[in-house]
Amino acid sequence: MTDKTNSLEKLEHVAGNGLINRRHLLGLGLSSAGMAVASSVLAADNSLPLEIPRWSRQPGPGASGYGSRSSHTEYMQRTAGNPNPIYPGGGSSRSPLQHLQGTITPNSLHFERHHAGVPDIDPSLHKLVINGLVKQPLVFSYEDLLKYPMVSKIYFLECSGNSGSLWGANAADGSAQSIHGLVSCAEWTGIPLSTLLDEAGVEPQAQWVSAVGADAASMGRSVPLNRAMDDVLVALFQNGEPVRPEQGYPMRLFVPGCEGNISVKWLTQIKLSREPSQFRDETSKYTDTRPDRLSAQFTLPMGTKSLITSPSGQMALERQGVYQVTGIAWSGRGSIRRVEVSADGGQTWADARIESHQSEKALARFRIPWQWSGGSAVLQSRATDSRGNVQPSRSALIAEKGSLGRYHFHGIQSWSVSTSGEVSNVYA
Amino acid sequence: MHRKLIRLLALIGIAQIVFIASSQETVRLGTPISESQLEGFDLIVAADGSGLPAGSGTALQGKAVFESRCQACHSANGEGTSGNTRLVGGDMHSAGNPIRTVGSYWPYASTVFDYVRRAMPADAPKSLSDIEVYQVTAYVLYLNGIIDQYLILNSETLTQVKMPNRDGFIDESQAQ
Repeated sequence: MTDKTNSLEKLEHVAGNGLINRRHLLGLGLSSAGMAVASSVLAADNSLPLEIPRWSRQPGPGASGYGSRSSHTEYMQRTAGNPNPIYPGGGSSRSPLQHLQGTITPNSLHFERHHAGVPDIDPSLHKLVINGLVKQPLVFSYEDLLKYPMVSKIYFLECSGNSGSLWGANAADGSAQSIHGLVSCAEWTGIPLSTLLDEAGVEPQAQWVSAVGADAASMGRSVPLNRAMDDVLVALFQNGEPVRPEQGYPMRLFVPGCEGNISVKWLTQIKLSREPSQFRDETSKYTDTRPDRLSAQFTLPMGTKSLITSPSGQMALERQGVYQVTGIAWSGRGSIRRVEVSADGGQTWADARIESHQSEKALARFRIPWQWSGGSAVLQSRATDSRGNVQPSRSALIAEKGSLGRYHFHGIQSWSVSTSGEVSNVYA
Repeated sequence: MHRKLIRLLALIGIAQIVFIASSQETVRLGTPISESQLEGFDLIVAADGSGLPAGSGTALQGKAVFESRCQACHSANGEGTSGNTRLVGGDMHSAGNPIRTVGSYWPYASTVFDYVRRAMPADAPKSLSDIEVYQVTAYVLYLNGIIDQYLILNSETLTQVKMPNRDGFIDESQAQ
């Protein structure tokens, strides 16, 4: 304890209200914000001698055909709403961002959004059709597609309705998961859509690609052809395993950086046309009404965004000391170049350390030490992407876009820390 | 001598790269299919009216279909029971947050036909006949005062329906 106290005095404070230079991250014994996890190790009485635990005295079960997580981590769950009888299978579940580390979302915890539930698809009967303005309409089987050269890329996926409650006039109580849990990140492996379009032969008049899923809603979206020919994939694998049913098994479209709805799951048809199809989910939904009452449509790339996942809403700081502030950042237009953190509601900022390879259109993990001395604080993070786009404050975003829209919120999240250590969502 | 050898090796290297590239390009496993074979598979009805099937219907005919297949969730006259189920009313230029419905918000009548045929009724999607979809589409447009109850909606007349918010959208697909 004495060593720690001494070292605290030497820490270089780089911004107001306790932010410490990111270079101190590795040398510190950091506290972490309290979660609903009973930690028997931390709770141990230090005066008792340590003993060999019971699991070191008998062999455990052997290898298994399919792995499962520790029974002690089952608190990590997606939050799914209650079934809605008038919307069978519809709805979403949110990733537990405050419990996750690194940048890859485990497949079991990747967020979901369904429009008519998860179809139970037999891959041997599933077809992918390419038709419309092509020289030769084609149909592919799943087995056919597995034989094509593939690429693997790490990309985030974010529902355009993510963080949408922050458009509201009042800051509602919520956690990182309940407010922002419609974002996840995975390694997606698949066939460049351009490969299949080239095989069918795109007619020169074609400007748009309509993608349709094989779910009960036959969910459809239109993708501009220039984007479809760029980095779009027909994804067959997610984090090394076949795409899971709730993510589109046996195949989904994956449109990197863009609002999640356009990455059509259970992909079964690609149709080329001069104009967009004007599907329900690109007119009635996923469009943003502006103050002049015109509505922005096909707002595809997701904005430059970041979020502190710990400490975050509904957590509690249990003691004064140095905490690791950490979170995720992403941009639909490039990679994350910089994340700044403020502990005083945006008056002063310090650069966080960005971990991992900063790849395009993927989550980045940031960290910075912060000394909490028991006062009130407002924690914020602000991302800048490789194209110089800076995440706006909530008020600046609303000043620009108005507040009639319901999608594409990417303003700065403010977490208030009270003098008793409770963390909550606020507008600041 | 050396230089020739290096050049030869370089050529072999290039040849191998070209071979690999061309062998990848030659994976062509799509099976040709004709558009007529896709008639029952391709459900897309686009804003230009392409994909609209044969058949027709009026709002007068659609009322009975609506009452038996839609009304449980969308309520009588399409006023909705909650959330997204409201189909009628609203005004994009009203004060505050406008109520967005088929009548006030949707830019194309084709989208009503397309969405009803592919996704409705939510508990039994694709169970309506094309004729019933024309009838229900006409009824929803009629409830919004966009067409009268006698208009025969078909592949020609549906495309000519101008929705109130037709010019209310900005295409941002090419924004940077």
